[in-house]
Formats: sequence, structure tokens, C-alpha cells
Amino acid sequence: MSVLIYAESDNGSLRKGAFEVASYAKGVADALGTTVTALTVNVSDVSELGNYGVSKVLQVSDNALTKFQAKAYSSIIEQAAKAEQSKVVVLSSSTNSKYAAPLLGVALNAAVVSNVVSLPKSTSPFVVERTAFTNKAFQETQINSDVKVICVSNNSYGLKETSVSIEAEAFSPSVNGGSLEVVSIDKATDKVSIADAEVVVSGGRGLKGPENWHLIEDLATVLGAATACSKPVSDMGWRPHSEHVGQTGKPVATNLYIAVGISGAIQHLAGINASKVKVVVNTDPEAPFFKAADYGVVGDAFEVVPQLIEKLKAFKSTN
Amino acid sequence: MKILVCISHVPDTTSKINFTDDDTKFDTNGVSFVINPNDEFGLTRAMWFKEKQGASVDVVNVGGPDTEPTIRKCLAIGADNAIRVNANPTDSLFVAQELASVAKNGGYDLVIAGRESIDYNGGVVPGMLAALLDANFVNTCISLEVEGTSATAIREIDGGKETIKATLPLVIGGQKGLVEESDLRIPNMRGIMMARKKPLSVVEPTGSASQSEPSSFSKPAPKGSVTLVSADNLDELINLLHKEAKVI
Repeated sequence: MSVLIYAESDNGSLRKGAFEVASYAKGVADALGTTVTALTVNVSDVSELGNYGVSKVLQVSDNALTKFQAKAYSSIIEQAAKAEQSKVVVLSSSTNSKYAAPLLGVALNAAVVSNVVSLPKSTSPFVVERTAFTNKAFQETQINSDVKVICVSNNSYGLKETSVSIEAEAFSPSVNGGSLEVVSIDKATDKVSIADAEVVVSGGRGLKGPENWHLIEDLATVLGAATACSKPVSDMGWRPHSEHVGQTGKPVATNLYIAVGISGAIQHLAGINASKVKVVVNTDPEAPFFKAADYGVVGDAFEVVPQLIEKLKAFKSTN
Repeated sequence: MKILVCISHVPDTTSKINFTDDDTKFDTNGVSFVINPNDEFGLTRAMWFKEKQGASVDVVNVGGPDTEPTIRKCLAIGADNAIRVNANPTDSLFVAQELASVAKNGGYDLVIAGRESIDYNGGVVPGMLAALLDANFVNTCISLEVEGTSATAIREIDGGKETIKATLPLVIGGQKGLVEESDLRIPNMRGIMMARKKPLSVVEPTGSASQSEPSSFSKPAPKGSVTLVSADNLDELINLLHKEAKVI
């Protein structure tokens, strides 16, 4: 009856999202009077999960699962949920987890509720809060199915340390990915992805052209940040679509979001609204972004950003 | 190839979001509705398959009579037939089951839905639909080619992309990248006139089950005002981010 999580990993290391999912599941387990079990795939060291409330780990080691494949992964999570008789399964809101979650929901005859930002308001009936209308609203949702699949919104619940004693056991589910084949993966290994970043630096039309993007990239490098852009910038082909953040692009929920030369259209603001702290640099003091930001600098990006980079370098060297 | 494109009827991206009936219903007052952007990218890609490879393209929506202008727009863009399942959606499973019923009856090779609708942002329907149809599934799809019964798709992943080969029948959760923004079509007068004569059949729901229900809505607390820092005093900004916001 434990709460089951799928603890995501990359090349054998647990992702930060796995610890947030564990923290959240521990909160749910406490409310239900049960414990948290984690499923891991090809991760050898799972001990850190014990710092976030996981008391049991089902460790799967299988070369057939090296590449993420939604059908195969949803099937092994299903088998783990059945073995544990779990009534609640918690996943992250990563691209892969959101790919597998609906398949898992159908297999377990469970409702799938995504973008969840709170622990259950009550467990009987089971009510959680999620975001809707691209962060323009919250929606309380009552889940009526016996088994429930919850995708926690990234960086919403945060990490909560709860040390518990942890035991791991090997788990060998049957693996069946069907006829779909992942042929190749193209992933920049030297860059932080928008999904994993603590800080995102984003540029808009105010940068005047793709040749000036070194300003955004250099600022991102100093901060260990991912780079992003506004919709017009991706539509004009200055930057790839994968960097477009906003309502029809990627949602961003980082600790710090720095917008340079972005006016702040409602669609853009919706997409980045879940970020904790927002900084805007813009020449136009009337830009709507100033109403949505925590800190603002009215000034020319071409003057402000190089100075900011130098000052941050000095700050980083002493802190 | 028979293609079915699933269409959500959603508030325009510039809409102000308000609620009525004691915060239990979305307030449609003064809101204009559009084809869900993620679905429109899929529909536009389907038109490419129609024009280059002779595919037939049907569109389906689960919704009340108020969604028909949105469905007619899909016909004006070039879809051949439209189906409306006459029911107000209750949850993802309900919609997926109703779509699955339509997809099974029509014997489609390729079903294209948007990655998520921009109203409730569930992102669950395409995957549930694929599971109910026991079809292959590619989510967050940014490129799709089909030759005979085999498809090559590119899926966006966190920090990159991956290439997938899959056989039909296939369900796609699509997004921008399937086509470019500049490829989107504004219906012309001829398309609009033709759309009036194209079949829009209304079918009753099969009585699918729901597993969840929205109980109430709320809006984020209003934001405090911005702290402005002079462009000549960026040390102050760094200080605030470090000591006050504690993010660097």
C-alpha cells in the first residue's frame, strides 16, 4: 500500500526531480499513514533517496531499458505499483514522465493528474491543487479513482529532507516496449537544459539579432544557467524552437529567471510565471514585464548585460 | 492514409482568465475561442500529408454546439470531414475514451493530437488515447514523416531530441516544430465557403466514465510591485539577488 515513485535518472545518476518527487510522496505517505517506495532503473547508488523519505527501493537493472521508452517504462512502473499494491503513484513533470504517465494511467485504471503543486488538501475525498490556464489559475481537482497517478509540477514543492532508513532490493519486471524504436538521441551534454536549470537567462527582440546572443550565453555561463528566448525570437529563426518559453513553448519554473529585451506579452508571462524570482532588463520602462518582475533594470541590454557579467564574475569569485 | 486530428476549442492565448459560479466554472464572457495551438500545428502537418501524399483528413472535437465555429475553421483550413462528440468534457479519460471510440470506428492510420490543450494543460489525452487504441505513441513530437506504414518522428526531450521509428497505427502528441508558425494557414474565402458544405456529423457520447473532477478554481495572489535598480548600480541588483531573494 506504499506510495510509489518513479525516481528518474540520467546515465545512472538520479535527477534532482527524483528528490522532489520523493519529498512530495513522503508528504502524501504521511497523510495516508504509509511509506514511500521508489522504482529506479539502472541506478547503482540509490542511498540518497533515503534523505528524502524513501524507505524502500525497487532497483531494476536491465540493458533493454538504457534508452527511455514510454511503453516499456510505464509497464515496469505498472508492475511495481501492482507488486506494492500502491494506491498513489507519483511522477515528475519531466518530458519523459509526462510521456509515460497516461499510458500508466490506462494500465492501472487510474486518473492521471498533472502539474500538481500541493499535497492533498484532503485524502478522502482525495483533492489536490494543480495549475491550469498556463499558470494563470489554480484548479482543485478531486480524484475519484481507486489508484491515482500524480505528476508533480517541477520546482513547485521543493526538496524536503527527511532521513529514513532505506532498504533496496532487486526488481526484475518483464520488459516489453512494443514495436516502437528509439533510433538516436541528440542531447547536448555540456549545457544545462531548461527543465533542469536553477537559473534561466532569456533573450527577446531587444537583442536586435542572433549575432548578439553571446550576451545571453555569457551571462548564462556565469550563472550556470540555461538559455531561453521569447516567441518572436524563435519564430524569426534567431534561436531554435526548443528554447522558446511561454504559453505555446516550454513552461519555466526556475528559482531565477532573467529576461533581457523581452517586453512581456501575456503569453510569455504565463509560461514563466511559476519561476520564483524574475528579473527584467529593458529599455522601455512601460514594458509589461516590469509589472510581473521582482527586480527590474531600465536600461540598454548592450550596456547593462556586459557590466552585469563582469560584476557577477567578481561576485562569484568571492562567494 | 487516413488521418484523424483531435481538436480542442480553447480560449485565445490573450484571454483574461476569470471564473464564475462561486469559482467552479471558467467564465467565457468576452473570451474568444480558437483552435488549440498545439492541435493547429498538427492539423497543418496533416494538410501537408493530404496535399503531398493524398491522405484524407478528418477532425474530431469533444464538446457542445458552441465549439462548431472552431470545427468549421478546421474545415475551412482544408480538413475533409468533421465529427463532434456531443458532450462537455469532464476529464482526460472521458475525452480519451470518446476519441478512441471515434478513432476505432473510422479505422484511422494516424491520429494527431496536440501535446496539451492550453486551457487545462493536462497533457494526458494523447497518451491515454494511444493506450486505449493499443497504438504506438510519440509525445512532444516536433517532426513527422510517413512512408507506407512506417513513420519517422522526432521527439523533444529535456535538453535535446530523439529520433523514433514506429509503425502505423500511430498516435502523435504534437507541438510547434511539426510545422513552423509561418506555415499556419488563415482560411481564405473559398475555404470558408466550402467549409459550410462539408460534413460535420454530430455523434452522441458512448457514456464513458470519468475519474476526476475539478472542484474549484482560484487565481494566483496579486504580485507585489517591482524593485527598480538603476542601470548604474548593478552591484545593488547582485546584492538583492544574493541577500534578499537568495537565488545566487
